[in-house]
Amino acid sequence: MVGDLMNAGPSASFRRLFDEVGPVDAVGIEERVAKYTTRSIKKSAKLWGLRMAVTMVDLTTLEGKDTPGKVASLCQKAVHPSDDSTVPPVAAVCVYPSMVRHARRALGPGAKVRIASVATAFPSGQTALMTRLAEVRAAVADGADEIDMVINRGAFLAGEFARVQDEIAAVLAACGPATLKVILEVSELETYDKIRAASFLAMGVLRPGDFIKTSTGKTTLNATLGNNQVMLEAIRDFYLDTGMAIAMKPAGGIRSAKQALQFLIAVKETLGDAWLNNKRYRFGASSLLNDLLRQIEKERTGAYQAPYYFSEAAESY
Amino acid sequence: MSRLPITKTPKVYVGGAFIRSESARVFPIRDAAGDFFANIPQCTRKDLRNAVEAAAKAGPGWAKRTAYNRGQILYRLGEMLEARAAEMTAAITLGAPSPARARAAAREVAATIDRLIYYAGWADKYEQVLGNVNPVAAPYFNFTVTEPMGVIGVIAPDAAPLLGLVSLLAPAIVSGNTVVALASETQPYAAILLGEMLATSDLPGGVVNLLTGFRREVVPTFATHTHLRAISGVATADERKALKLGAAESVKRTHLLKAEAKTDWFADRAQSLEAIRDTLEFKTTWHPIGA
Repeated sequence: MVGDLMNAGPSASFRRLFDEVGPVDAVGIEERVAKYTTRSIKKSAKLWGLRMAVTMVDLTTLEGKDTPGKVASLCQKAVHPSDDSTVPPVAAVCVYPSMVRHARRALGPGAKVRIASVATAFPSGQTALMTRLAEVRAAVADGADEIDMVINRGAFLAGEFARVQDEIAAVLAACGPATLKVILEVSELETYDKIRAASFLAMGVLRPGDFIKTSTGKTTLNATLGNNQVMLEAIRDFYLDTGMAIAMKPAGGIRSAKQALQFLIAVKETLGDAWLNNKRYRFGASSLLNDLLRQIEKERTGAYQAPYYFSEAAESY
Repeated sequence: MSRLPITKTPKVYVGGAFIRSESARVFPIRDAAGDFFANIPQCTRKDLRNAVEAAAKAGPGWAKRTAYNRGQILYRLGEMLEARAAEMTAAITLGAPSPARARAAAREVAATIDRLIYYAGWADKYEQVLGNVNPVAAPYFNFTVTEPMGVIGVIAPDAAPLLGLVSLLAPAIVSGNTVVALASETQPYAAILLGEMLATSDLPGGVVNLLTGFRREVVPTFATHTHLRAISGVATADERKALKLGAAESVKRTHLLKAEAKTDWFADRAQSLEAIRDTLEFKTTWHPIGA
């Protein structure tokens, strides 16, 4: 045992980091989040939650086939999600850096809907730091209000925590006034302990109001109630330690309104009402908005709605 | 040595799986002697919603099957039913019935099998009768072809609980529609067993979804659910009114037989090409002849 501790290398540095930030009770987390799916939220509370979720959506398109036209229509949908004018606009659109200027042109300067861009060689992050920083500066110059960066998972898993933090700090400096969201890419971090540890590493560098984010949405496993809960508890513990409020963004795999409400329950019961707004909590999603609108319409009319009444229906009929 | 009999928990067949109602509610049914027979799932509008999702998911794949393959699968369902005719007869009568009741049930099962074979035969033929090359006075072809509508709601009668159900759902699925059906409220057990046969008939999961429960709880949702493209069923005057009002709102077709009219499900007119046409859309296209 003493011999193990003497060893340099990833496992020793992880052990030191876990000691510092505290471990995660994985079974406890799973039990806790299983309870979130049993809450009964109906009628006016449901409608309130659905509308709240709409305002938290980062409406996302991150595909190789994106075009300025597609981004322009995405922006239109972000501002007016529905014919129903009581449905609020979403929080932001999320696009690749090359699409930022097209989004800015579509939304206009100083728009209420913000523009987020995934800079830093999204989704792998595997380019030189210089290149990543240049990408961030270019996106901000083109009009991005928010930058979604990926951490260096290779460095993190190798135990090079200072390097991870230095890179986040460098990106933060390049952001200027833009809000930073740090993507941990939880599916590559392997354990809840490491997700919590990475959350603390990131939060140690961030400014109040910056985000930590679960995933890129480009891997098989994305945001789950479990890893969302681990990160929410990290934010809570960090807030109690330092008084600094960090925001949270689960991304990828949240497709149904029902899931979104369960995530909001997690926020409410872990962090409280102060986090129930789009400055402190966001959903990174592309198809979630359609299901939210569908369920809002169901609540309004009382009739179950066909998915093809809303845009981007996947099936042919 | 006597042994404890193993009783069955009836479950409904939805999305290719056997499920209980999401509400966890059940209602008891009685056998021929009036004794407790089993608890049947009391499905809700949410079960209907989930069944429609399952049917919509199965739709494109089923519609893409060749007509010939759909015919084969319907025929195979007939085969399954033929081999288990005695079991199905018992499922209709439940327990020890009078000889006349047993004969009637056996006749119903036989007619059901014949009805499946009838529609299986139409699978690759109805298009030849209903589709058309239309005459035009220009260098174009003008075709009218049929397409399935999508998800069809079926509301089965209490009289002839098996034959009525199959007579309504078979003409819908033969053309590539998928079906969400509400089984007879008073005699639901045949539909439970039919689900078990559907599961072994090569029919993809979700093409036929069978719900059991109370009509007053589920029929209003059949009316208003906008994802159902047509309703075909047997309904009382009040139900017909509710169904037609809801259907008007969501622009769906209704083919409603009067519950009070005592439909003869054994008659020749209970099976027809028109029943297939009732759940088809017609598409007319122009195509240049060339040269």
